[in-house]
Amino acid sequence: MSDTQSSRAPAPYSNPYLAGIGLGLVLLAAFVFVGRGLGASGAVSAAVTAGLHTIAPDHAHSLEWLSGRLVGDQRPLKDWLVFEGLGVFLGALLSGLLARRAFVTVEKGPRVSTRARLAGAFAGGGLMAVGAALALGCTSGQALSGGALLNLGSWAFMMMVFAGAYAVAAFMKWQWR
Amino acid sequence: MMAPLLKYGVFGSETSLVVAFLIGLGFGFALERAGFGSARKLVSQFYLNDMAVFKVMFTAIITAMLGVTYLSWIGVLNLSLVYLVPTFLLPQVVGGLILGVGFVVGGYCPGTALAATATGRIDGVVFGIGLYAGTLLFAEAYPLLKPLHTATPMGQVTIPQYLNLPYGVVVFAVVLMAIGGFAGAGWVEKKMADSCQP
Repeated sequence: MSDTQSSRAPAPYSNPYLAGIGLGLVLLAAFVFVGRGLGASGAVSAAVTAGLHTIAPDHAHSLEWLSGRLVGDQRPLKDWLVFEGLGVFLGALLSGLLARRAFVTVEKGPRVSTRARLAGAFAGGGLMAVGAALALGCTSGQALSGGALLNLGSWAFMMMVFAGAYAVAAFMKWQWR
Repeated sequence: MMAPLLKYGVFGSETSLVVAFLIGLGFGFALERAGFGSARKLVSQFYLNDMAVFKVMFTAIITAMLGVTYLSWIGVLNLSLVYLVPTFLLPQVVGGLILGVGFVVGGYCPGTALAATATGRIDGVVFGIGLYAGTLLFAEAYPLLKPLHTATPMGQVTIPQYLNLPYGVVVFAVVLMAIGGFAGAGWVEKKMADSCQP
């Protein structure tokens, strides 16, 4: 996905309120069509289960957190969130290509090395997986979907995401500013 | 009542996977349109100079919430058949804090990392590898974490149920709160732009 049109600058992002309405209508469609919200971390769990089941099937069955996805002859990748995730990937790619924003790069501030930024990305991903597993969902499944359904736990979760992020933002400034 | 369509048997679970893909397409497209394939754009929320995360998230929540409320009032959507993640207050508070820290450290959340990966962001790919590693770690450590993970179960409960308020009153309060938040976000952005001229 190299930028073949480097002479043409990436298009500006959409108005956040318009993008929000679009996102809200997609979420509403999920509620109306299938009776569930959007999600992302669940697809990661499904992929980890499938991967581990291929490499070490007995071990995968022994892990209580993953084995629920392996009951009977259930195929962990035949999961609603996995198919939704494929769509997310292609939808984002399509939007990025249309706006000339799809090219290989590393998102970072000017003062940080690429290596340190990638270490941060790995650590952040690890933390987020643990947080999402503890909370039964991430920003998509809990904050967004549960938020729109006025789910009590989702709102508590959402407040804490912002609290946690603002609490450490000052200490991570070197990575972004 | 006719919705959720899957629950009323309008289509089956095999077809629901096609629907999942189509809904995902819209989800990914909207995320990238908003700029959420970029870690710098996302974390700007926490340095107060670009509150797009708050604006997009709350506009989406308000849009879907009003849609759900309206469709259930006119009798099209049976809200009791829409899945509600059960509330476990303590692990959701702790998990939220950890996730918030991970957001600033890593620059993404799981959905936006996928959008970033799709548009060529190497840090998005590495974040995704971190997600797999963290999930595996959680699964291996689950015997230790289970007491926390299953603490304070409150069942499937909404804010109106918990506060014993009519649904519409809470919907109205959330809309008012969001409008106040949008005004506040604009004010903060302007303040930040004034205080740090390039």
